[in-house]
Amino acid sequence: MAEKANEPPVMKAAGFKRETILPWITTPLLLALLVTVWSVYVRSSGVSPFILPAPGAVFDEWLGMLQSRRAWGHTGMTIYATLTGFFWAALIGVFLGVAIARIRWLELTLNPFIVATQVIPKVALVPLFIVWFGFGITSKVIVAGVLAFFPVLTNTVLGVKSIDEGHRDVMTSLNATRWQVFRRLELPSALPYILTGFEVGIVLAIIGAIVGEYLGGNTGLGHLLIQSMNAFETSLMFAVLIQMSLIGFAFYFAIGALKRLLIPWHATGAQPR
Amino acid sequence: MSMASGSPGIALGGIEKWYGTRDEPVHALAPTDLTVADGELLVLLGPSGCGKTTLLRMIGGLIEPTAGSMSIMGRDLWRSGQRQSETLADLGMVFQDANLFPWLTIEDNIALPLELKGVGKAERRERAHALMRLVGIAGFERRWPRELSGGMRQRAAIARALSYDPKILLMDEPFGALDAMTRDAMNLELQRLFMETAKTIVLVTHSIAEAVFLADRIVLLSPRPGRIDRIVDVPFARPRDLTLQASPEFQEIALSLRARLAEIG
Repeated sequence: MAEKANEPPVMKAAGFKRETILPWITTPLLLALLVTVWSVYVRSSGVSPFILPAPGAVFDEWLGMLQSRRAWGHTGMTIYATLTGFFWAALIGVFLGVAIARIRWLELTLNPFIVATQVIPKVALVPLFIVWFGFGITSKVIVAGVLAFFPVLTNTVLGVKSIDEGHRDVMTSLNATRWQVFRRLELPSALPYILTGFEVGIVLAIIGAIVGEYLGGNTGLGHLLIQSMNAFETSLMFAVLIQMSLIGFAFYFAIGALKRLLIPWHATGAQPR
Repeated sequence: MSMASGSPGIALGGIEKWYGTRDEPVHALAPTDLTVADGELLVLLGPSGCGKTTLLRMIGGLIEPTAGSMSIMGRDLWRSGQRQSETLADLGMVFQDANLFPWLTIEDNIALPLELKGVGKAERRERAHALMRLVGIAGFERRWPRELSGGMRQRAAIARALSYDPKILLMDEPFGALDAMTRDAMNLELQRLFMETAKTIVLVTHSIAEAVFLADRIVLLSPRPGRIDRIVDVPFARPRDLTLQASPEFQEIALSLRARLAEIG
Protein backbone atom coordinates (compact mmCIF):
# COMPACT_ATOMS: atom_id res chain seq x y z
CA MET A 1 0.00 0.00 0.00
CA ALA A 2 1.33 3.40 -0.86
CA GLU A 3 -0.51 5.14 1.96
CA LYS A 4 -0.47 3.77 5.47
CA ALA A 5 -3.82 3.14 7.09
CA ASN A 6 -2.78 4.58 10.42
CA GLU A 7 -1.60 7.98 9.29
CA PRO A 8 -3.16 10.87 11.22
CA PRO A 9 -6.26 12.56 9.76
CA VAL A 10 -5.43 15.39 7.41
CA MET A 11 -7.79 18.02 8.73
CA LYS A 12 -6.72 18.42 12.35
CA ALA A 13 -5.82 22.11 12.30
CA ALA A 14 -3.17 23.28 14.71
CA GLY A 15 -4.17 26.02 17.15
CA PHE A 16 -7.86 25.24 16.68
CA LYS A 17 -8.44 24.78 20.42
CA ARG A 18 -7.06 28.19 21.26
CA GLU A 19 -9.39 29.77 18.71
CA THR A 20 -12.46 28.20 20.34
CA ILE A 21 -11.46 29.27 23.85
CA LEU A 22 -10.60 32.88 23.01
CA PRO A 23 -14.18 34.23 22.64
CA TRP A 24 -15.10 32.66 26.00
CA ILE A 25 -12.57 35.00 27.59
CA THR A 26 -12.92 38.10 25.42
CA THR A 27 -16.73 38.24 25.33
CA PRO A 28 -17.26 38.52 29.13
CA LEU A 29 -14.34 40.97 29.31
CA LEU A 30 -15.82 43.22 26.62
CA LEU A 31 -19.26 43.04 28.24
CA ALA A 32 -17.76 43.98 31.62
CA LEU A 33 -15.92 46.87 29.99
CA LEU A 34 -19.13 48.10 28.35
CA VAL A 35 -21.08 47.94 31.61
CA THR A 36 -18.26 49.74 33.46
CA VAL A 37 -18.09 52.57 30.91
CA TRP A 38 -21.90 52.82 31.00
CA SER A 39 -21.91 52.92 34.84
CA VAL A 40 -19.11 55.48 35.06
CA TYR A 41 -20.76 57.66 32.42
CA VAL A 42 -24.16 57.64 34.21
CA ARG A 43 -22.53 58.55 37.54
CA SER A 44 -20.13 61.23 36.28
CA SER A 45 -22.37 62.96 33.69
CA GLY A 46 -25.47 63.13 35.89
CA VAL A 47 -27.65 62.10 32.92
CA SER A 48 -31.31 61.73 33.83
CA PRO A 49 -32.41 58.12 34.56
CA PHE A 50 -35.29 58.75 32.12
CA ILE A 51 -32.71 59.04 29.34
CA LEU A 52 -30.15 56.47 30.48
CA PRO A 53 -30.66 54.48 33.69
CA ALA A 54 -27.67 52.98 35.49
CA PRO A 55 -26.82 49.36 34.66
CA GLY A 56 -27.60 48.34 38.22
CA ALA A 57 -31.12 49.74 37.97
CA VAL A 58 -31.67 47.98 34.65
CA PHE A 59 -30.43 44.69 36.10
CA ASP A 60 -32.77 45.04 39.11
CA GLU A 61 -35.65 45.78 36.76
CA TRP A 62 -34.81 42.68 34.70
CA LEU A 63 -34.65 40.51 37.85
CA GLY A 64 -38.05 41.94 38.76
CA MET A 65 -39.36 40.91 35.34
CA LEU A 66 -38.15 37.37 35.90
CA GLN A 67 -40.33 37.20 39.04
CA SER A 68 -43.39 38.76 37.41
CA ARG A 69 -46.05 36.43 36.01
CA ARG A 70 -47.29 39.24 33.78
CA ALA A 71 -43.85 39.76 32.22
CA TRP A 72 -43.50 36.02 31.61
CA GLY A 73 -46.91 36.11 29.95
CA HIS A 74 -45.65 38.76 27.53
CA THR A 75 -42.43 36.80 26.94
CA GLY A 76 -44.45 33.66 26.28
CA MET A 77 -46.66 35.42 23.73
CA THR A 78 -43.63 36.73 21.83
CA ILE A 79 -42.01 33.29 21.83
CA TYR A 80 -45.26 31.70 20.71
CA ALA A 81 -45.73 34.16 17.82
CA THR A 82 -42.09 33.77 16.78
CA LEU A 83 -42.04 29.98 16.81
CA THR A 84 -45.44 29.51 15.18
CA GLY A 85 -44.61 32.01 12.43
CA PHE A 86 -41.21 30.42 11.94
CA PHE A 87 -42.67 26.93 11.83
CA TRP A 88 -45.00 27.76 8.95
CA ALA A 89 -42.29 29.78 7.19
CA ALA A 90 -39.88 26.84 7.43
CA LEU A 91 -42.45 24.29 6.29
CA ILE A 92 -43.78 26.24 3.32
CA GLY A 93 -40.39 27.75 2.49
CA VAL A 94 -38.63 24.38 2.23
CA PHE A 95 -41.39 22.69 0.21
CA LEU A 96 -41.91 25.62 -2.15
CA GLY A 97 -38.13 26.07 -2.44
CA VAL A 98 -37.61 22.43 -3.47
CA ALA A 99 -40.48 22.71 -5.95
CA ILE A 100 -39.18 25.95 -7.47
CA ALA A 101 -35.64 24.58 -7.78
CA ARG A 102 -36.85 21.42 -9.51
CA ILE A 103 -39.71 22.65 -11.68
CA ARG A 104 -38.49 25.12 -14.28
CA TRP A 105 -41.87 26.59 -15.28
CA LEU A 106 -42.82 27.14 -11.65
CA GLU A 107 -39.62 29.10 -11.10
CA LEU A 108 -40.19 31.21 -14.22
CA THR A 109 -43.76 31.91 -13.15
CA LEU A 110 -43.09 32.75 -9.53
CA ASN A 111 -39.73 34.48 -9.80
CA PRO A 112 -41.01 38.02 -10.54
CA PHE A 113 -43.33 37.81 -7.53
CA ILE A 114 -40.61 36.47 -5.28
CA VAL A 115 -38.28 39.30 -6.29
CA ALA A 116 -41.07 41.85 -5.84
CA THR A 117 -42.00 40.60 -2.39
CA GLN A 118 -38.31 40.52 -1.47
CA VAL A 119 -37.93 44.16 -2.43
CA ILE A 120 -41.06 45.43 -0.65
CA PRO A 121 -40.22 46.43 2.94
CA LYS A 122 -42.37 43.78 4.56
CA VAL A 123 -42.56 45.59 7.89
CA ALA A 124 -44.56 48.25 6.05
CA LEU A 125 -47.26 45.64 5.51
CA VAL A 126 -47.83 45.15 9.24
CA PRO A 127 -50.69 47.70 9.48
CA LEU A 128 -52.40 45.88 6.61
CA PHE A 129 -52.07 42.53 8.41
CA ILE A 130 -53.59 44.11 11.51
CA VAL A 131 -56.51 45.37 9.44
CA TRP A 132 -56.98 41.90 7.96
CA PHE A 133 -56.23 39.66 10.92
CA GLY A 134 -57.02 41.87 13.89
CA PHE A 135 -55.11 42.86 16.99
CA GLY A 136 -54.81 39.30 18.28
CA ILE A 137 -51.97 36.83 18.04
CA THR A 138 -52.75 35.84 14.42
CA SER A 139 -51.41 39.03 12.90
CA LYS A 140 -48.13 38.67 14.86
CA VAL A 141 -47.71 35.06 13.77
CA ILE A 142 -48.25 36.12 10.17
CA VAL A 143 -45.77 38.99 10.32
CA ALA A 144 -43.16 36.69 11.92
CA GLY A 145 -43.85 34.05 9.28
CA VAL A 146 -43.70 36.43 6.32
CA LEU A 147 -40.35 37.82 7.44
CA ALA A 148 -38.84 34.39 8.10
CA PHE A 149 -40.23 32.89 4.90
CA PHE A 150 -37.96 34.49 2.28
CA PRO A 151 -34.52 33.57 3.62
CA VAL A 152 -35.75 29.99 4.04
CA LEU A 153 -37.18 29.93 0.50
CA THR A 154 -34.19 31.50 -1.27
CA ASN A 155 -31.65 29.40 0.63
CA THR A 156 -33.58 26.21 -0.13
CA VAL A 157 -33.71 27.08 -3.85
CA LEU A 158 -29.98 27.82 -3.80
CA GLY A 159 -29.26 24.61 -1.89
CA VAL A 160 -31.16 22.36 -4.29
CA LYS A 161 -29.60 24.11 -7.29
CA SER A 162 -26.07 23.83 -5.89
CA ILE A 163 -26.11 20.04 -5.96
CA ASP A 164 -22.90 18.75 -7.50
CA GLU A 165 -23.30 17.40 -11.05
CA GLY A 166 -20.74 14.70 -10.25
CA HIS A 167 -22.91 13.53 -7.34
CA ARG A 168 -25.89 13.41 -9.68
CA ASP A 169 -23.85 11.30 -12.11
CA VAL A 170 -23.16 8.84 -9.30
CA MET A 171 -26.86 8.48 -8.53
CA THR A 172 -27.71 8.19 -12.25
CA SER A 173 -25.09 5.52 -12.82
CA LEU A 174 -26.51 3.63 -9.84
CA ASN A 175 -29.98 3.86 -11.40
CA ALA A 176 -31.40 5.52 -8.28
CA THR A 177 -35.14 6.24 -8.19
CA ARG A 178 -36.43 9.81 -7.99
CA TRP A 179 -37.23 9.35 -4.31
CA GLN A 180 -33.75 7.94 -3.61
CA VAL A 181 -32.16 10.91 -5.38
CA PHE A 182 -34.21 13.26 -3.19
CA ARG A 183 -33.68 11.40 0.08
CA ARG A 184 -30.02 10.38 -0.38
CA LEU A 185 -28.65 13.30 -2.42
CA GLU A 186 -30.79 16.40 -2.74
CA LEU A 187 -31.98 16.68 0.84
CA PRO A 188 -28.62 16.14 2.60
CA SER A 189 -26.85 18.27 0.02
CA ALA A 190 -29.27 21.18 0.46
CA LEU A 191 -29.49 20.85 4.25
CA PRO A 192 -26.59 23.22 5.10
CA TYR A 193 -28.23 25.90 2.94
CA ILE A 194 -31.65 25.29 4.46
CA LEU A 195 -30.28 25.52 7.99
CA THR A 196 -28.51 28.77 7.11
CA GLY A 197 -31.92 30.01 5.93
CA PHE A 198 -33.35 28.91 9.28
CA GLU A 199 -30.62 30.78 11.12
CA VAL A 200 -31.49 34.04 9.35
CA GLY A 201 -35.22 33.25 9.40
CA ILE A 202 -35.56 32.70 13.15
CA VAL A 203 -33.99 36.08 13.92
CA LEU A 204 -36.29 37.79 11.40
CA ALA A 205 -39.27 35.96 12.93
CA ILE A 206 -38.50 37.56 16.30
CA ILE A 207 -38.28 40.96 14.64
CA GLY A 208 -41.60 40.31 12.92
CA ALA A 209 -43.34 39.26 16.11
CA ILE A 210 -42.05 42.29 18.03
CA VAL A 211 -42.90 44.80 15.30
CA GLY A 212 -46.36 43.25 15.13
CA GLU A 213 -46.71 43.76 18.88
CA TYR A 214 -45.57 47.40 18.60
CA LEU A 215 -48.45 48.30 16.38
CA GLY A 216 -51.39 46.45 17.83
CA GLY A 217 -52.80 44.42 20.66
CA ASN A 218 -51.95 44.29 24.33
CA THR A 219 -49.63 41.31 24.64
CA GLY A 220 -46.01 40.50 23.99
CA LEU A 221 -42.63 42.03 24.71
CA GLY A 222 -43.09 44.53 21.88
CA HIS A 223 -46.26 45.78 23.53
CA LEU A 224 -44.51 45.92 26.92
CA LEU A 225 -41.70 47.97 25.37
CA ILE A 226 -44.11 50.53 23.89
CA GLN A 227 -46.01 50.65 27.19
CA SER A 228 -42.81 51.36 29.14
CA MET A 229 -41.85 54.02 26.60
CA ASN A 230 -45.20 55.77 27.06
CA ALA A 231 -44.81 55.60 30.83
CA PHE A 232 -41.19 56.85 30.63
CA GLU A 233 -40.05 53.74 32.47
CA THR A 234 -36.70 53.70 30.74
CA SER A 235 -35.14 51.04 32.96
CA LEU A 236 -38.07 48.73 32.12
CA MET A 237 -37.42 49.42 28.41
CA PHE A 238 -33.84 48.27 28.87
CA ALA A 239 -34.97 45.21 30.82
CA VAL A 240 -37.36 44.27 27.97
CA LEU A 241 -34.51 44.74 25.48
CA ILE A 242 -32.37 42.34 27.53
CA GLN A 243 -35.21 39.82 27.54
CA MET A 244 -35.64 40.15 23.76
CA SER A 245 -31.92 39.73 23.15
CA LEU A 246 -31.80 36.62 25.31
CA ILE A 247 -34.67 35.08 23.36
CA GLY A 248 -32.84 35.91 20.13
CA PHE A 249 -29.63 34.31 21.38
CA ALA A 250 -31.49 31.23 22.59
CA PHE A 251 -33.16 30.65 19.22
CA TYR A 252 -30.00 31.35 17.28
CA PHE A 253 -28.03 28.88 19.37
CA ALA A 254 -30.83 26.34 19.10
CA ILE A 255 -30.44 26.43 15.30
CA GLY A 256 -26.68 26.16 15.78
CA ALA A 257 -27.20 23.03 17.89
CA LEU A 258 -29.53 21.68 15.19
CA LYS A 259 -26.74 22.23 12.66
CA ARG A 260 -24.21 20.32 14.72
CA LEU A 261 -26.74 17.52 15.11
CA LEU A 262 -27.89 17.32 11.47
CA ILE A 263 -24.79 18.27 9.49
CA PRO A 264 -21.75 17.28 11.57
CA TRP A 265 -19.94 16.59 8.29
CA HIS A 266 -20.25 20.21 7.14
CA ALA A 267 -17.68 22.89 7.95
CA THR A 268 -20.27 25.23 9.53
CA GLY A 269 -21.67 22.37 11.61
CA ALA A 270 -18.33 20.85 12.53
CA GLN A 271 -17.81 20.16 16.20
CA PRO A 272 -14.55 21.39 17.61
CA ARG A 273 -12.58 18.29 18.53
CA MET B 1 -5.92 -11.94 -23.02
CA SER B 2 -7.90 -14.48 -24.93
CA MET B 3 -10.08 -12.25 -27.07
CA ALA B 4 -12.20 -15.06 -28.47
CA SER B 5 -13.62 -16.36 -25.16
CA GLY B 6 -17.41 -16.35 -25.17
CA SER B 7 -19.56 -13.28 -25.77
CA PRO B 8 -17.89 -9.87 -25.67
CA GLY B 9 -18.20 -7.77 -22.52
CA ILE B 10 -19.22 -4.69 -24.48
CA ALA B 11 -20.36 -4.48 -28.09
CA LEU B 12 -20.99 -1.11 -29.72
CA GLY B 13 -22.56 -1.03 -33.17
CA GLY B 14 -22.47 2.27 -35.03
CA ILE B 15 -23.07 4.40 -31.98
CA GLU B 16 -23.07 8.09 -32.64
CA LYS B 17 -23.63 11.27 -30.65
CA TRP B 18 -24.83 14.71 -31.70
CA TYR B 19 -25.04 17.53 -29.19
CA GLY B 20 -26.45 21.01 -29.33
CA THR B 21 -29.33 22.63 -31.14
CA ARG B 22 -30.82 22.06 -34.57
CA ASP B 23 -29.10 25.23 -35.80
CA GLU B 24 -25.72 24.50 -34.26
CA PRO B 25 -25.29 20.76 -33.99
CA VAL B 26 -22.01 19.39 -32.66
CA HIS B 27 -20.90 15.99 -33.83
CA ALA B 28 -19.33 14.62 -30.66
CA LEU B 29 -18.84 11.09 -31.92
CA ALA B 30 -19.05 9.73 -35.47
CA PRO B 31 -20.65 6.28 -35.90
CA THR B 32 -18.36 3.93 -34.00
CA ASP B 33 -18.03 0.18 -33.77
CA LEU B 34 -16.09 -1.26 -30.88
CA THR B 35 -15.94 -4.56 -29.08
CA VAL B 36 -14.41 -4.99 -25.62
CA ALA B 37 -13.61 -8.56 -24.68
CA ASP B 38 -14.70 -10.00 -21.35
CA GLY B 39 -11.76 -9.55 -18.94
CA GLU B 40 -9.94 -6.99 -21.09
CA LEU B 41 -8.44 -3.71 -19.92
CA LEU B 42 -9.17 -1.25 -22.73
CA VAL B 43 -7.89 2.31 -22.65
CA LEU B 44 -9.53 5.17 -24.56
CA LEU B 45 -6.81 7.70 -25.37
CA GLY B 46 -7.04 10.97 -27.21
CA PRO B 47 -6.80 14.76 -27.14
CA SER B 48 -9.57 16.81 -25.57
CA GLY B 49 -12.65 16.99 -27.75
CA CYS B 50 -12.09 13.54 -29.24
CA GLY B 51 -15.25 12.19 -27.64
CA LYS B 52 -13.54 9.69 -25.31
CA THR B 53 -15.50 10.83 -22.26
CA THR B 54 -18.71 10.99 -24.30
CA LEU B 55 -18.08 7.43 -25.46
CA LEU B 56 -17.44 6.21 -21.89
CA ARG B 57 -20.50 8.00 -20.51
CA MET B 58 -22.61 6.41 -23.25
CA ILE B 59 -21.31 2.96 -22.30
CA GLY B 60 -22.16 3.81 -18.68
CA GLY B 61 -25.72 4.78 -19.58
CA LEU B 62 -25.30 8.40 -18.50
CA ILE B 63 -25.84 9.69 -22.05
CA GLU B 64 -28.16 8.16 -24.58
CA PRO B 65 -26.55 7.79 -28.02
CA THR B 66 -28.21 9.57 -30.92
CA ALA B 67 -28.00 6.38 -32.98
CA GLY B 68 -26.54 2.89 -32.83
CA SER B 69 -26.78 -0.16 -30.61
CA MET B 70 -25.01 -1.05 -27.39
CA SER B 71 -24.98 -4.34 -25.60
CA ILE B 72 -23.34 -5.10 -22.27
CA MET B 73 -22.65 -8.74 -21.42
CA GLY B 74 -25.01 -9.66 -24.25
CA ARG B 75 -27.88 -7.44 -23.05
CA ASP B 76 -29.19 -4.19 -24.50
CA LEU B 77 -28.39 -1.09 -22.46
CA TRP B 78 -31.27 0.97 -23.89
CA ARG B 79 -34.64 -0.29 -24.96
CA SER B 80 -37.12 2.24 -26.42
CA GLY B 81 -35.49 5.18 -24.63
CA GLN B 82 -35.34 3.39 -21.26
CA ARG B 83 -32.12 2.34 -19.56
CA GLN B 84 -32.29 -1.31 -18.59
CA SER B 85 -31.59 -1.68 -14.88
CA GLU B 86 -30.39 -5.29 -15.07
CA THR B 87 -27.85 -4.21 -17.70
CA LEU B 88 -26.72 -1.27 -15.55
CA ALA B 89 -26.05 -3.69 -12.69
CA ASP B 90 -23.10 -4.99 -14.72
CA LEU B 91 -21.53 -1.51 -14.86
CA GLY B 92 -19.59 0.37 -12.18
CA MET B 93 -18.43 3.92 -12.80
CA VAL B 94 -15.46 5.83 -11.41
CA PHE B 95 -15.15 9.53 -12.24
CA GLN B 96 -12.26 11.99 -12.32
CA ASP B 97 -13.47 13.43 -9.02
CA ALA B 98 -14.11 10.82 -6.38
CA ASN B 99 -17.64 12.28 -6.01
CA LEU B 100 -18.00 10.88 -2.51
CA PHE B 101 -20.98 12.30 -0.61
CA PRO B 102 -19.53 14.57 2.10
CA TRP B 103 -22.40 13.78 4.50
CA LEU B 104 -21.63 10.05 4.52
CA THR B 105 -18.71 8.37 6.24
CA ILE B 106 -16.29 6.46 4.00
CA GLU B 107 -17.91 3.11 4.75
CA ASP B 108 -21.40 4.51 4.13
CA ASN B 109 -20.21 6.03 0.84
CA ILE B 110 -18.83 2.68 -0.28
CA ALA B 111 -22.02 0.91 0.79
CA LEU B 112 -24.33 3.50 -0.84
CA PRO B 113 -25.03 1.41 -3.99
CA LEU B 114 -25.96 -1.54 -1.76
CA GLU B 115 -28.21 0.66 0.34
CA LEU B 116 -30.02 1.83 -2.81
CA LYS B 117 -30.48 -1.82 -3.75
CA GLY B 118 -31.99 -2.58 -0.34
CA VAL B 119 -29.17 -4.70 1.09
CA GLY B 120 -29.32 -5.01 4.90
CA LYS B 121 -27.09 -3.01 7.20
CA ALA B 122 -24.89 -5.81 8.53
CA GLU B 123 -24.20 -7.19 5.06
CA ARG B 124 -23.47 -3.68 3.73
CA ARG B 125 -20.96 -3.02 6.46
CA GLU B 126 -19.24 -6.36 6.01
CA ARG B 127 -18.98 -5.80 2.25
CA ALA B 128 -17.71 -2.22 2.68
CA HIS B 129 -15.02 -3.33 5.12
CA ALA B 130 -13.86 -6.13 2.79
CA LEU B 131 -13.64 -3.64 -0.09
CA MET B 132 -11.74 -1.14 2.04
CA ARG B 133 -9.16 -3.83 2.74
CA LEU B 134 -9.05 -4.67 -0.98
CA VAL B 135 -8.33 -1.08 -2.05
CA GLY B 136 -6.03 -0.39 0.91
CA ILE B 137 -7.96 2.11 3.04
CA ALA B 138 -8.90 -0.10 6.00
CA GLY B 139 -9.00 1.91 9.23
CA PHE B 140 -10.83 4.90 7.73
CA GLU B 141 -14.35 3.45 7.97
CA ARG B 142 -15.79 6.21 10.19
CA ARG B 143 -13.96 9.16 8.58
CA TRP B 144 -15.57 11.91 6.54
CA PRO B 145 -14.39 12.17 2.91
CA ARG B 146 -12.82 15.59 3.56
CA GLU B 147 -10.47 13.97 6.06
CA LEU B 148 -8.86 11.79 3.34
CA SER B 149 -6.21 12.61 0.74
CA GLY B 150 -7.11 12.72 -2.95
CA GLY B 151 -5.59 9.31 -3.64
CA MET B 152 -7.46 7.69 -0.76
CA ARG B 153 -10.75 9.28 -1.82
CA GLN B 154 -10.27 7.81 -5.28
CA ARG B 155 -9.61 4.39 -3.73
CA ALA B 156 -12.90 4.77 -1.86
CA ALA B 157 -14.65 5.70 -5.13
CA ILE B 158 -13.27 2.53 -6.74
CA ALA B 159 -14.47 0.50 -3.76
CA ARG B 160 -17.93 2.05 -4.14
CA ALA B 161 -18.04 1.09 -7.82
CA LEU B 162 -17.01 -2.47 -6.91
CA SER B 163 -19.52 -2.78 -4.05
CA TYR B 164 -22.26 -4.49 -6.05
CA ASP B 165 -19.71 -6.60 -7.95
CA PRO B 166 -20.34 -5.34 -11.50
CA LYS B 167 -18.66 -7.25 -14.32
CA ILE B 168 -17.37 -4.06 -15.92
CA LEU B 169 -15.60 -1.04 -14.46
CA LEU B 170 -15.77 2.23 -16.42
CA MET B 171 -13.20 4.83 -15.36
CA ASP B 172 -13.20 8.42 -16.61
CA GLU B 173 -9.69 9.82 -16.06
CA PRO B 174 -9.79 8.38 -12.54
CA PHE B 175 -6.26 9.51 -11.64
CA GLY B 176 -6.19 12.75 -13.65
CA ALA B 177 -6.47 14.95 -10.56
CA LEU B 178 -3.69 13.19 -8.62
CA ASP B 179 -0.02 14.08 -8.39
CA ALA B 180 2.48 12.02 -10.42
CA MET B 181 3.71 9.80 -7.58
CA THR B 182 0.24 8.99 -6.27
CA ARG B 183 -0.77 8.33 -9.86
CA ASP B 184 2.00 5.75 -10.34
CA ALA B 185 0.95 4.06 -7.11
CA MET B 186 -2.69 4.04 -8.20
CA ASN B 187 -1.78 2.54 -11.59
CA LEU B 188 -0.06 -0.34 -9.80
CA GLU B 189 -3.05 -0.71 -7.49
CA LEU B 190 -5.46 -0.76 -10.40
CA GLN B 191 -3.41 -3.46 -12.13
CA ARG B 192 -3.48 -5.54 -8.94
CA LEU B 193 -7.26 -5.06 -8.63
CA PHE B 194 -7.71 -5.94 -12.29
CA MET B 195 -5.73 -9.16 -11.87
CA GLU B 196 -7.39 -10.12 -8.56
CA THR B 197 -10.98 -9.38 -9.52
CA ALA B 198 -10.91 -10.33 -13.23
CA LYS B 199 -13.13 -7.38 -14.16
CA THR B 200 -13.42 -5.89 -17.60
CA ILE B 201 -12.12 -2.32 -17.43
CA VAL B 202 -12.58 0.58 -19.84
CA LEU B 203 -10.44 3.53 -18.79
CA VAL B 204 -10.27 7.02 -20.29
CA THR B 205 -7.01 8.93 -20.03
CA HIS B 206 -5.01 11.58 -21.82
CA SER B 207 -1.74 10.24 -20.39
CA ILE B 208 0.18 8.14 -22.93
CA ALA B 209 2.36 6.55 -20.21
CA GLU B 210 -0.70 5.54 -18.17
CA ALA B 211 -2.36 4.12 -21.28
CA VAL B 212 0.63 1.99 -22.32
CA PHE B 213 1.29 0.85 -18.75
CA LEU B 214 -2.27 -0.31 -18.07
CA ALA B 215 -3.85 -1.35 -21.37
CA ASP B 216 -4.31 -4.62 -23.17
CA ARG B 217 -5.43 -2.50 -26.10
CA ILE B 218 -5.37 1.25 -26.62
CA VAL B 219 -8.11 2.88 -28.68
CA LEU B 220 -6.72 6.13 -30.05
CA LEU B 221 -9.45 8.65 -30.82
CA SER B 222 -9.18 11.74 -33.00
CA PRO B 223 -11.33 14.86 -32.72
CA ARG B 224 -13.88 16.77 -34.84
CA PRO B 225 -15.85 14.62 -34.99
CA GLY B 226 -14.67 12.09 -32.43
CA ARG B 227 -13.83 8.78 -34.09
CA ILE B 228 -11.49 5.83 -33.68
CA ASP B 229 -8.16 6.58 -35.34
CA ARG B 230 -6.48 3.28 -34.60
CA ILE B 231 -6.34 0.45 -32.08
CA VAL B 232 -2.94 -0.50 -30.66
CA ASP B 233 -2.20 -3.83 -28.97
CA VAL B 234 0.01 -3.67 -25.86
CA PRO B 235 1.61 -7.10 -25.54
CA PHE B 236 3.41 -6.86 -22.16
CA ALA B 237 2.79 -9.66 -19.66
CA ARG B 238 1.27 -8.93 -16.25
CA PRO B 239 2.05 -8.04 -13.57
CA ARG B 240 3.86 -5.11 -15.11
CA ASP B 241 6.05 -2.98 -12.87
CA LEU B 242 7.04 0.65 -13.22
CA THR B 243 10.51 -0.18 -14.60
CA LEU B 244 8.70 -1.39 -17.72
CA GLN B 245 8.35 2.26 -18.68
CA ALA B 246 12.11 2.44 -19.28
CA SER B 247 12.15 -0.52 -21.69
CA PRO B 248 12.68 0.09 -25.43
CA GLU B 249 9.44 -1.77 -26.32
CA PHE B 250 7.40 0.49 -24.01
CA GLN B 251 9.15 3.58 -25.39
CA GLU B 252 8.47 2.49 -28.95
CA ILE B 253 4.72 2.20 -28.40
CA ALA B 254 4.60 5.45 -26.42
CA LEU B 255 6.58 7.36 -29.06
CA SER B 256 4.46 6.15 -31.97
CA LEU B 257 1.31 7.12 -30.06
CA ARG B 258 2.79 10.54 -29.29
CA ALA B 259 3.70 11.08 -32.94
CA ARG B 260 0.19 10.11 -34.08
CA LEU B 261 -1.42 12.32 -31.40
CA ALA B 262 0.66 15.27 -32.64
CA GLU B 263 -0.69 14.69 -36.16
CA ILE B 264 -4.37 14.42 -35.21
CA GLY B 265 -4.54 16.78 -32.21
